[in-house]
This record gives sequence, C-alpha cells and structure tokens, in this order.
Amino acid sequence: MSISRRDFIKTQAAIAAATAAGTTLSGAKIAEAQAHDDTIRWDKGACRFCGTGCGVLVGTKQGRIVATQGDPDAPVNKGLNCIKGYFLSKIMYGKDRLTKPLLRKTKGVYDKEGQFEEVSWDEAFDVMADKWKEAIKKKGPTSVGMFGSGQWTIWEGYAASKFMKGGMRSNNIDPNARHCMASAVGAFMRAFGIDEPMGCYDDLEHADVFVLWGANMAEMHPILWSRLTDTRLTREGCEVHVMSTFEHRSFELADNGMVFTPQTDLAIANYIANYIIQNKAYNQDFIDKHVNFNATTTDIGYGLRPEHPLQKAAKNPDKGKFDKVTFDEYAAMVAEYTLEKTSEMSGVPAEQLERLAKAYADPNKKVTSFWTMGFNQHTRGVWVNGLVYNIHLLMGKISEPGNSPFSLTGQPSACGTAREVGTFAHRLPADLVVMNEKHRDFAEKVWELPKGTIPEKPGYHAVLQNRMLKDGKLNAYWVQCNNNMQAAANMNEETYPGYRNPENFITVSDPYPTVTAMAADLILPTAMWMEKEGAYGNAERRTQFWRQQVDAPGEAKSDMWQVIEFSKRFKVEEVWPADLIALKPELSGKTLYEVLFRNGHTDKFPLQEITDNAGNVYNNSESKDFGFYVQKGIFEEYREFQWNGPKKGHEMAPFEAYHNARGLRWPVLDGQETLWRFREGYDKHVKSGEGINFYGKPDGRAAIIFAPFEPAAESPDKEFDLWLSTGRVLEHWHSGSMTRRVPELYRAYPDAKIYMHPEDAKERKLKRGQEVKIQTRRGEVTSRVETRGRNKPPRGLVFMPWFDAGQLVNKLTLDATDPLSKETDYKKCACRVVRA
Amino acid sequence: MGEPSTSPASAQSRRRFLANMARAAGGVGALSLVVGLFARQAQSLPAQALRPPGAGPEADFLASCIRCGLCVRDCPYPTLSLADIGQDVPVGTPYFVARRAPCEMCDDIPCVKACPTGALDPNLTKIDDADMGLAVLVDEETCLNLLGLRCDVCYRVCPVIDEAITLERHHNERTGKHAMFIPTVHSDKCTGCGKCERSCVLETAAIRVFPRHLAKGRIGEHYRLGWVEKENNGQSLIQGIVDLPDRMPQNLPFNPGATLGGKGK
Repeated sequence: MSISRRDFIKTQAAIAAATAAGTTLSGAKIAEAQAHDDTIRWDKGACRFCGTGCGVLVGTKQGRIVATQGDPDAPVNKGLNCIKGYFLSKIMYGKDRLTKPLLRKTKGVYDKEGQFEEVSWDEAFDVMADKWKEAIKKKGPTSVGMFGSGQWTIWEGYAASKFMKGGMRSNNIDPNARHCMASAVGAFMRAFGIDEPMGCYDDLEHADVFVLWGANMAEMHPILWSRLTDTRLTREGCEVHVMSTFEHRSFELADNGMVFTPQTDLAIANYIANYIIQNKAYNQDFIDKHVNFNATTTDIGYGLRPEHPLQKAAKNPDKGKFDKVTFDEYAAMVAEYTLEKTSEMSGVPAEQLERLAKAYADPNKKVTSFWTMGFNQHTRGVWVNGLVYNIHLLMGKISEPGNSPFSLTGQPSACGTAREVGTFAHRLPADLVVMNEKHRDFAEKVWELPKGTIPEKPGYHAVLQNRMLKDGKLNAYWVQCNNNMQAAANMNEETYPGYRNPENFITVSDPYPTVTAMAADLILPTAMWMEKEGAYGNAERRTQFWRQQVDAPGEAKSDMWQVIEFSKRFKVEEVWPADLIALKPELSGKTLYEVLFRNGHTDKFPLQEITDNAGNVYNNSESKDFGFYVQKGIFEEYREFQWNGPKKGHEMAPFEAYHNARGLRWPVLDGQETLWRFREGYDKHVKSGEGINFYGKPDGRAAIIFAPFEPAAESPDKEFDLWLSTGRVLEHWHSGSMTRRVPELYRAYPDAKIYMHPEDAKERKLKRGQEVKIQTRRGEVTSRVETRGRNKPPRGLVFMPWFDAGQLVNKLTLDATDPLSKETDYKKCACRVVRA
Repeated sequence: MGEPSTSPASAQSRRRFLANMARAAGGVGALSLVVGLFARQAQSLPAQALRPPGAGPEADFLASCIRCGLCVRDCPYPTLSLADIGQDVPVGTPYFVARRAPCEMCDDIPCVKACPTGALDPNLTKIDDADMGLAVLVDEETCLNLLGLRCDVCYRVCPVIDEAITLERHHNERTGKHAMFIPTVHSDKCTGCGKCERSCVLETAAIRVFPRHLAKGRIGEHYRLGWVEKENNGQSLIQGIVDLPDRMPQNLPFNPGATLGGKGK
C-alpha cells in the first residue's frame, strides 16, 4: 500500500485518537479505520498551554475528545504544535480527575484538621459562604480574597473580578500572572500608558536582528521559535543574539550567545543606550517628536516584609516615581555604563557586547527584542523591561514591521484575561485602575452599582495575600486555576502556614488534586479547557474563542459557574454597609447574583442553541444552568469598557465575530485587526499626519526612563555559594498538573533535576545522577545532579525546573519581589548543593 | 565494532552452543542441556537487545562473559538485566532494552568496574567512548519533527546533546514561515545509551538504538568525499594548478560573472 506523507499525517491523528479513546486496535487497522473517520466532529479551539496561542482543531466523538490537530490555517502555527500541544487530547483524562467537591471533615462536620470527604455542591457552598460571611462580619471585606489565573478564560476572569470588586467590595483578587507578567505590565504603563505589545508575531518574519533578553524561546515558545529560526535560515544577514545567565537551547541558534552574571542585564541595557548616544546613532527626529526623558527613583528595596533588614535599609522603598530630565542629563546617567565597565560587571566579552550594541545602533537593521521570565521575574523587572524600551525608543525602532520590543507572555491568557479584564489587585477592565476615581465611577456605572462600591485602595497582591493569610488578616480565600503551593516563593515560611492557619478557610478549585488542592480545606472539582465555552487572548493581542466540546466529568463545574453560583449565597445586606445600599435602595434584599449577573443587563442575551457553520449543535452547561447566554452577556458587558470607557485602544469585535474567526488582534476597528499599534496607517487611533502617536500617554509621547544597576536581593556568599535559577522545560506546562498526567510526557521528562557545571560538581565530589540536597536559607529540596544535557550553567550557577510536585523547588526560592510590580524573582537567590 | 564474525553460520552457532553449554549451564545434568538448547536458538542477538558499555563484538563478548551478574548488580538503575530462559538473548548474559530502561551513562561506569573477566572492557574509562549501539531515526514518516512539529524530545534528552544528536534546520515549505528541526544522529558521538528511544513520545518509537552493525551503512573504499578530504588536508590534495581568467565582455553596466562566483570551497 502506498501512502503519501499527507495521508500519514492524518493517520497520526487517528492513531492518537484511538489511543486516547483507549482502543486496542492494531496500528494498521487503526490507520485504515480512522484515517477517514467522518464520525469525528471537528471544531476550532486554542491550545491550553503557553502564550503563543496556537490554533487547534478539536475532534470529538461520543462525548469525548479523541483527537486534536494543529489548525493548518491558523496564522500562528499553520497546523503545527509543540509536544505539549500534540498531547492536548489527553490532558482532561487523567485517572485522578476530581468529580465531586471534597471537604475536610471529622465526624460528619467541617474540621480544618479533618480528612477530605465527598460532599454535595450545596454543602460545599454552605460551609464556604458561612466562612466568608463570618470573615466579613469580623474584619470587613479585606479579610476575603481570591487568587486567579492567566489560564482563566476571559469571562471567568471578568466574572471573578466583578464578583470580588463589585460584589464582595474587596480588591484582594490577583492572578498568578503576578508571578509572570506584572513587571511587563508595569513597564508598559510607565513607558506607553497602555498595556501589551505594540507589535505582533509578524515581526518574526520582518526583523533582521533578534535579541533574546532572558527568554528561552526554543523551549518556552516552541512554535514561535520555529518561526524565528526560519527567518534566521532564510533571510540574508539575519542574526540572533541570545542573553541568559546560563546556556540553554536557544543558544544553539545564537550568532552571539552571551552568558552574563545575574542582575547585570541592567548594566548591559544601559551600556547599549550609552553606545547609541556616544556614537550619535539615535534617531533625533523621532526623539524630538515622540519621546520624553525621565529618571526613576532609586534604592527602592526588594518587596520583602517591612521589618526585613533589606527593606529597612532602602532609602525609597517601593517608590516608582520618575521625573523628567533633559536628554543631556539622561546621556550623563548612562555614561557610566562604558563597554569596559559593563563587560567587567557582566562577564560578557567586550566584543560580544559591542556587536549587540552595533546591531541596535545600525539604522538599516530592523531589530526585534524578545523577553519573558528572565526580565519579568526580576527584583528590578519593571526597570529592566523599560531599559529595552529606552533602546528601541532612542532608535525609533518601534511600532513597525520588524522593529519591535516584544514582551512575550507565558500563559495562554495572561494578556486576554489576567491583564485585559482587570484581575489584578489594582486593576479594572480595559486598563482602568481602582485608584482612579473616574475609572471606578465608570466601572460602577457599567456594573450598575452605587457610587463607592469599588474600594479605592489596591488589594493584596499575590505575595502579600500569602503573607496576610499567615498573619491572619486574610481569612477566607479562594484559589482557582493555578497551583500556587507549588509556585509561590518561600513556600515553607510564607505560603503553607497561611493555608493551614486555623483562622483561615481555604478553597481550591482544580480539575486535579494538586499540591495546592491538598493544602486546602475545600476542593471544588473544575471543568477544564474544552468542557466549557471559552476565550483566551495571546501575546500578540489575538483573542480566540471556542465552543464547549464535551461535558465535564461527574459534578465538575467551570470556574465561572462556581463564582456565579456562589454569588447566590450572599444578600447585599450581608456584605455591603447600609449607607451604600441606601444609594440604590432598589438593590436591597437582592443577592449578589441578582445584582451582578441576573440584573437585566449582564443577562440580556437569552439562552440560544449553540451551533457551528456546519450545523453541529454544542452544549453550554453554564448558560443552561443560569438560563441566559452568560458568556455572551459578560463579553458584551466587557466591550462597554473597551468602547465607552475612559481609555481608548482596547476595542474588540462583537461576540459572534470571534466564533467565526481564527482569533482577532485588538483593537478591532471597522472590521479590521491592528497589527502594529501607535503608527499611522497601521493603527486607526493614529490620525493622518501624526506618523506616530503613543496615545496611551496624555502628551502622545513615550517615556524613556533611566534606571541604574542595583544588586540582586540575595547573592551567593561563603555559606550559600551558588546562584539558583528556576524555570520550565518544554515537555511540561508550569507545575505539571496536566502534562505529568500524560504518560508520554512524563516518560520524556519524569523528574526534575538540578543542572550544574561539571567542575562545580567535581569540586563538591558529586557525580552525575547522584542524589543531592539543595539548600537555601529558607528550605531544602532533594534532587539529582545533571552535568550534561540541555542546560549548561556557567560555574557558580545551578538551574532547576519547577514542574515536579515531588521536588518543590519553591521551598528554596526567595519571596523578594520587584517593589514596583510585586513580581517575585524566581531567577536569583543563593543556594548550596551537598550530598544527600 | 559490533560486526559479527565472518565464519560460517553453522560453525559460529556450534561454537556459541558450546560456549553457552560451558558457561550458562556450568553444572551438570539435564537442565544444562535444556539451557544449552535454548541458547542455541539464539543465533544472533535480537535487534532491540543492547549490551552494557564496554562489551566488544558479540562473539568475543559471549566468549569472555561468565554470566556472573555482577554488572547487573552494580548498575544503579533498573537498566541491566540477565537474560532468562526462553528469551532470544543467550541465557545469563547482561543486556538492556532501551525502550524499557536506557543506559544512564554513569561517569564512573560501575558495570564495567564490576566485570571480573574483561568481557566489559576495563579500558573503557570515559563513558562518552562507549559503543552500545547506534541511534537511528527509523521512521521519517511519523517522527513529529519531520512533520514540522516541535517535539525534539530525543534531542533534548540526549546526554551528548549537540554532538550525538543535532537538529538540522530546514525551511518548512508547507507553512512557509516555520523551520523544521530534523534530529540527526552522529555515529562518531552516539554511545547507543538509548535515552532517545526511551523518551520518544510516539506509540512506537520513531528513533531506535540498534547494535552498530545493524545500524550503520558503510561507504565504498573506492570513493572519497572530496570536500572532507580537502578540509582534512587543509588545502586541495593537488597543488600547482592554475585557473586561467575567463574572457568577459568589457564596459557593460553589469558584470554577469560577478554573481557566479565559481570559486567553490
């Protein structure tokens, strides 16, 4: 039998399908029977994993997802997937899926020290609501809180944010994107006054030079990396510069690979600005028209507890203020970062640094810079993000094809949900913030709430939530769609104590019994990915929708269902003061469900049959339960923030448009996507004749903000003599709660190990594969030494991935944060490694 | 290199039969005879059975291995096992199946140190010099990377990454904007540890490790690769050659010859 390669691709999908369905046909039979199986219903979706946002087609048969394929027409990935995406059909079918609520009980009643027992949703929510009401009664709305996710769908994030800020009147809601993108957000707001990248993935085909600052795209954004690699391969003169604190897979393509001493990226970025100025390479016209110069407040501490010595020693703890300076003053500030000094500080040979600087300074080369966690998880993350904007702004290399400072996102909807719908402790939908009265007024108007409902003060951010749980100030807490007990830094001292604090009641919603779920008092079983109608927004501002493909197992319910259903348990009188209700007496006696969701506004779209263009009919569990098209109601309400709100630039298309598109990049204006923002011709918000308009800022000018080198919060010393950096691997998504349940992915990378330079191992008399203890001032983890393989740390640094629930590397990491973004630095602390 | 002996098959099998009789059975009586009969069936090692590091050509190895099991005992991983009655591997000899448990390439090679007879060559002191087999990408139609996906698990798990396996980059004509990363094994660096086969995420591995004599082609002695010979020599193998200038039209606005180059490498 002759079979073409194309046929083989189909056969592959069919084989995967049969396997996922648990059939045991012989390989050949499967190929024959299923290569042309037209009983599989195919519909579009977005990959569950990273911020790349690959389009996939999901194959369903008899209520089960039996196969997936890369959507061959999806602009991002053109039918391709990485190895996680290849196994999408298996992530929902782990043997230990949770299907019933589990409550800790002794002798039939809730007991914090009890064992998990299956309970009904009613009992679960009864107990939970009691605890929330009790907390509010005792200590007010700041005693309740929620920890959410950049993996929430858009409406899940919106519903949760509305419930907490507009219903519970608590801003103590924060997403795990705090650990991921908060520094990027901070820098966007400071430099441009509006969040998210100005460019898009098309930059990957247009740039002459790529610079990776703290991004290992080869493993973390695999499909984008294949696009970057293709450009390097096919575009004459294209070059790739890679910077990191250790050699990783992206170095394999590097024309100029640079391993620098941790934290000295601050110096390197300033050196490049200095080089551009010294050589008068800057774009004078661009600077004159579109940029102003500033310097930020320095010596700002490390976001530790106020009594921490480092925090006490800081002159201006947590200060983000920046003041205007002249160009000459700015030039003088960067002048100290000479080539010699920077080379000495960073350990990068001078000729390599100069080569990088020349690439940026060459007016004929289009440069795209990429960064992810190396920059964001940084105690000066906002600063260092900004320093790269400085370089691009000095050269005017921004907002056009190929000239792009591009902050990549980690999570599938860190942009679409966590950032855009306002799930951060200080934000409201569409870039609005709680500190701004006009913004609060607008949100209250859309939400039809009395003035003053939304508190003015930002809530507890992720790290502060854990501190407040431990200190007993945050008492009723709900974690959805993330695994913070495996992620939050300094887990032993700052996370676990809060969860087990007898004063607190912790609820964790998850499809699987994660480390976090097991530390909770109540576990709620959650519908995931294709078990609900969903929407994600990727790193290039592309919003992608999918329909509910299958029903969730057992009694599992989506995060949004859980939030909305829970809101039925509260009467406004139980959570709002009388004088607030008096402003809108018609709300008295109502439940938060009636106020926030079943209010004649959010529920204005009736239940409808969900069909695709082929006439296939889909379920919509939440809408059926609540009796209205809840996803559409929420999305259309969210659009009111985009189209009528005080800040322009976030406009999205109507709900239906997304079910008929392979994602759309906002702002979507006049039926057109926006690829490059702020530039005339590409962005409708820029008027004819303006050329460039950074319209997020009142004066239309982007801010170049000088920030100096300041040392890391903790550096190696005699006692703890190695840098510890943590991160991900291609095979596993985040904490591995989904990918470690796929047998093939588990086999591909079963357990975490610690990557170490062979000489460092030898010096400690450690052999490859040997069991070792990694110790920091905060804790100890046992792992095995790896001196070979994909990561090659320099001497003095070790790297350990965090996907392994059996090796909780977050016992080691330091809960120091960027004082501005409050994002933890997972890349730098001091450790030692000894024989186990 | 794991080439089988060139002696006639019958002679070889007789010799192996005797050897097995002597070593595996060892003792006396009917049992040893039965064992010997099983051993005779194993005329050659199955392709998926790999010998520990330091094992020489199969015939030599069988002749010197006394089936003591010490290498298996000292292997810190569940990699090595002793062949049982009924298997296609000579009874009592150590082997591993990569898909089940690959060699973890210990720096101190405890299995070799444990061998009392030199069947596992004591001169093997650097595990990178081991030659347990050779990885081969046997199925180009199902390998996900050859389809353009970003799997490359075999590459990333390779302990000799970037040397034993590299990713050769090709333009993906179908998508027009992605690169394909073709896993390419380099036989001079591959130790045959089997980590790649073990980790291949497919239902049936597309990359497998075979004993080297099954895996490796051989180019004819009568031909040399000119560019390799030149590189090895540092210059052309022949000297004193002149290249006369080409006649070109004069005073044209462009010089067509300029784009032709023609110097070669």
